[in-house]
Amino acid sequence: MPVTLTPNIPDQDGFYDELLRAHEGLSKEQSDAFNARLILVLCNHIGDRDVIRAALAAAK
Amino acid sequence: MVAVRYQTTFKLYPYQQVSAQLQAPVRHPVVIVGGGPIGLALALDLGLKGTPVLVLDDHEGAGLGSKAICFAKRTLDIAHRLGAAQPMVDKGVVWNVGRVFHANSEVFEFNLLPEDGHRHPAFINLQQPYFERYLVEAIERARTNGAPIEIRGANQVTAIDPQDGFTTLEVDTPDGPYKIEADYLIACDGARSPLRDMLGLTFDGRVFEDNFLIADVHMKADFPTERWFWFDPPFEGAGQSALLHKQPDDIWRIDFQLGWDIDRKAELDPDRIRARVDAMLSSQTGTVPEYELEWTSIYTFQCRRMQSFRHGNVIFAGDSAHQVSPFGARGANSGVQDAENLGWKLDLVLKGLADDSLLDSYATEREFGADENILNSTRATDFLTPKTETSRLFRDAVLTLAERHTFARPLVNSGRLSVPCTYDGFPHFGPDELQGPAVTRPGAACVDAPAEDGFLLDHLGGSFTILALGLAPSAPVSAHGIDPVVACIPSPSDELTRRYLGDAKQGVYLIRPDQHVVARWPDFDPDAIARAIGRAIGKDS
Ligand SMILES: Cc1cc2nc3c(=O)[nH]c(=O)nc-3n(C[C@H](O)[C@H](O)[C@H](O)COP(=O)(O)OP(=O)(O)OC[C@H]3O[C@@H](n4cnc5c(N)ncnc54)[C@H](O)[C@@H]3O)c2cc1C
Repeated sequence: MPVTLTPNIPDQDGFYDELLRAHEGLSKEQSDAFNARLILVLCNHIGDRDVIRAALAAAK
Repeated sequence: MVAVRYQTTFKLYPYQQVSAQLQAPVRHPVVIVGGGPIGLALALDLGLKGTPVLVLDDHEGAGLGSKAICFAKRTLDIAHRLGAAQPMVDKGVVWNVGRVFHANSEVFEFNLLPEDGHRHPAFINLQQPYFERYLVEAIERARTNGAPIEIRGANQVTAIDPQDGFTTLEVDTPDGPYKIEADYLIACDGARSPLRDMLGLTFDGRVFEDNFLIADVHMKADFPTERWFWFDPPFEGAGQSALLHKQPDDIWRIDFQLGWDIDRKAELDPDRIRARVDAMLSSQTGTVPEYELEWTSIYTFQCRRMQSFRHGNVIFAGDSAHQVSPFGARGANSGVQDAENLGWKLDLVLKGLADDSLLDSYATEREFGADENILNSTRATDFLTPKTETSRLFRDAVLTLAERHTFARPLVNSGRLSVPCTYDGFPHFGPDELQGPAVTRPGAACVDAPAEDGFLLDHLGGSFTILALGLAPSAPVSAHGIDPVVACIPSPSDELTRRYLGDAKQGVYLIRPDQHVVARWPDFDPDAIARAIGRAIGKDS
């Protein structure tokens, strides 16, 4: 599996907090739209179709 | 009597009584039913190869009204080989600047800087009747030089009777009916194909139901030669998407994608159409330019294809065989590729140089091409008309991001421009011993590049060709009665090297008459070339 599924983010709690804070004050609809944009930005950053495919499978 | 189903823009092949109408049925090697772009392209290709061909059309010229306007580079390359491209390019409109809008905001603007080293632009905008007229004019020129092509206008095929090895056709004319026979009958009779119905064949697939309101407007004022595309246009009743682009003669094509459940009559009310067009044309400047409605109509589209394009000696090409949504302009463009795939194969079979089974490869290759086109237009449709809440979420996310970040712009899909398919993995191609650039791998249509004083495609013509780049073939090659033309380019241009050699210093290509690459090698090996010719025409030894 080319996608990293072992711990990889430094300062996990800080990251998690940042993720939630990005959604603060957003309605459900705005949050959904934000998530969609975030997914697209991250997928583009990864770029590698095999990695993305593995990530899609891992998230199912 | 022959019923008139539509008005014609140009009379191209007026009805004339011929002696065959008064005789016992005459047998023809090839009869093409339908003088649309596909039937005409095929007739011209066959005639230029010296194979006699008869075209029957139930009208006398190109239909009035709006059909195809976008003709892609590959189509122009094919038309060039057939001697018909120059007037198309001279008349056609080339545009570079496009703008994409989402509701009230402009998402981005792009400039399609043309890629260097091709004779033709990526595409031109040209009304289909002109495309057909230029093909007919090329047919007339070819005929003057002895090409055995005959077109009979106002000849409607009313019944066909497939026999063992040939087909009998009943043809109605203004002077009454007559019969002819065809060794090969090619159905280029359009999406509603009467011949398909006569054989009781189905035309199914994924149904994509939509209505497009098309308004061609004649603009009197200056208006930018740009392509404008809206997702969720903000003008009242404008539907799910809208498109504006320019054609020759100061005509702008406007499409509104209205969806499936509409009141056709109400939508065609000129006042209603003008209200939308006013809103669209004034959206960027605030003022409505002076214009006239030239032609308005509502079209529906479906994505479907015949299961098999070949039924014995009856072969289907163009819209009769496959139909796609208009996004990406793949109808006429892919149909012209059908014609060029079929032309040389029919020619070899009729000349006794290939077995009839070679024609099966027309069907399998072009069925593959049709699937690719249907896939492309289905994807565009899914982007334009999201089917679920989640797909709309992602679609809108792409559009929002595209305003700010270039990475999201290629994800915006308002239809991908028609490009020819590559016959990867098909049995009549290979080997790839050069391991050169992917764009020119076996199965691919040759891309153009500067060569000597002109362009590469001029060196390829319409027969089997050995293309020798950076070396000279040491001996002639002949196999199975085929004597390929040798095109030798000792010092390839930079673009030619990039597209055909990559890092290699030299290379040898075998190219089919339809300009698809059969195989390629690093050296000149006459035996290997002879084997590849055998494979290409279905005579593996
Ligand atoms: C609004 C619109 C926009 C389009 N835009 C594009 C575009 O931008 N680019 C693109 O590539 N494609 C486009 N297309 C598709 C394109 O118009 C078709 O793919 C193309 O016309 C197909 O050509 P054809 O020769 O297969 O069939 P047709 O053009 O339909 O020709 C069939 C011919 O057969 C004749 N015929 C039918 N029955 C009989 C009979 N029984 N006997 C004798 N003759 C008969 C008809 O009269 C007709 O002349 C568009 C289509 C529409 C409707």
